[in-house]
Amino acid sequence: MSGATRAGRTLSLLAAFVVLRAFGNLALAFGTKQFPEVLAANPLAYLRAMLSPFVAMGVGMLILAMLLRMVVLGIADLSFVLPLTAIGYVFAALLGRFILHEQVSPQRWIGTVLIFIGVALVGSTPQNTTALAADDEVELQ
Amino acid sequence: MTWLLLSIVIAATVASDLLQSYEMKRVEDTSVDARGLANLLKTIVHRRYLILSIACLAVSFFSFMALVQTAPLSFAVPASAGSFIVETVLAKMVLKERVGLRRASGALVVLGGIVLLAR
Repeated sequence: MSGATRAGRTLSLLAAFVVLRAFGNLALAFGTKQFPEVLAANPLAYLRAMLSPFVAMGVGMLILAMLLRMVVLGIADLSFVLPLTAIGYVFAALLGRFILHEQVSPQRWIGTVLIFIGVALVGSTPQNTTALAADDEVELQ
Repeated sequence: MTWLLLSIVIAATVASDLLQSYEMKRVEDTSVDARGLANLLKTIVHRRYLILSIACLAVSFFSFMALVQTAPLSFAVPASAGSFIVETVLAKMVLKERVGLRRASGALVVLGGIVLLAR
C-alpha cells in the first residue's frame, strides 16, 4: 500500500470513529433521557434501558467506535490520533445544542473549546518517554 | 449527583487506562490491526490486569450512561475529559513517565475548560 492511500485510509477510519462516537453518545443521551427510571438508583434499570431502541443503538455504535479506535491505534500513533479525535468534544456540544436543544452558555462554549485544545496538546506529546529521553521536552519535577 | 457521577466516570476511566497501559507495555508485539483482533482477544484472556481494566471501563461506561441521562450532553462529554488531568498526574507518579511542558500545560488548559463548564 502506498503512503498516500495508507494515510487516506487512516484518516477515513478516524473520521468514521469520531462520527460514530458522537452519534453513539447522542443516541445514548436521547434514549436514557426518555427512559422513565433513574439509572443511577437501580442497577437493574440498566438492563431494561439497554432494551430501548435508542440506548441499544447508542451502545452498539459506541462499541463499534471503540473497536475502530483500536484498529486505528494499530496503524497510527496515539499522538496523531488523540489531537484529531479531540474535536469530538466540540461535536458533542454542537449535537447537544442543536439536536437535544440544550442551553449552552458562552462560558460553556469557551470551556468546550479549551478542553478541545487541552486534549489536543496532551495528545501531541512524544510517546514512550519511559524508554527514551525526550530531548525537546523539559521534564517537570 | 452530577459531580459524583462525573467523578466516578473519570476515576474509572483513569484506572482502566493506567491498568491497560501498565499491562500492554509488558506484552510483546502489541500491534493491533484488523487481523490482529483475534490475537488481542487471546492476550486479554491471559492478562488479569487487562480484565480488571475492562471491568473499570464498564463501571466508567455505566456511570457515563447515568450521567448523560440527567446532565446535558454538551456538559457530560467535554467534562469527562477531566480524565486527562488525573491521568497526566498519575502517569508521572505511578507509571514514572516523563511529563513534558506541553502535556502539563495541556492538562491545565483542560482544567480551565472544566472550570468554565461548571459555571
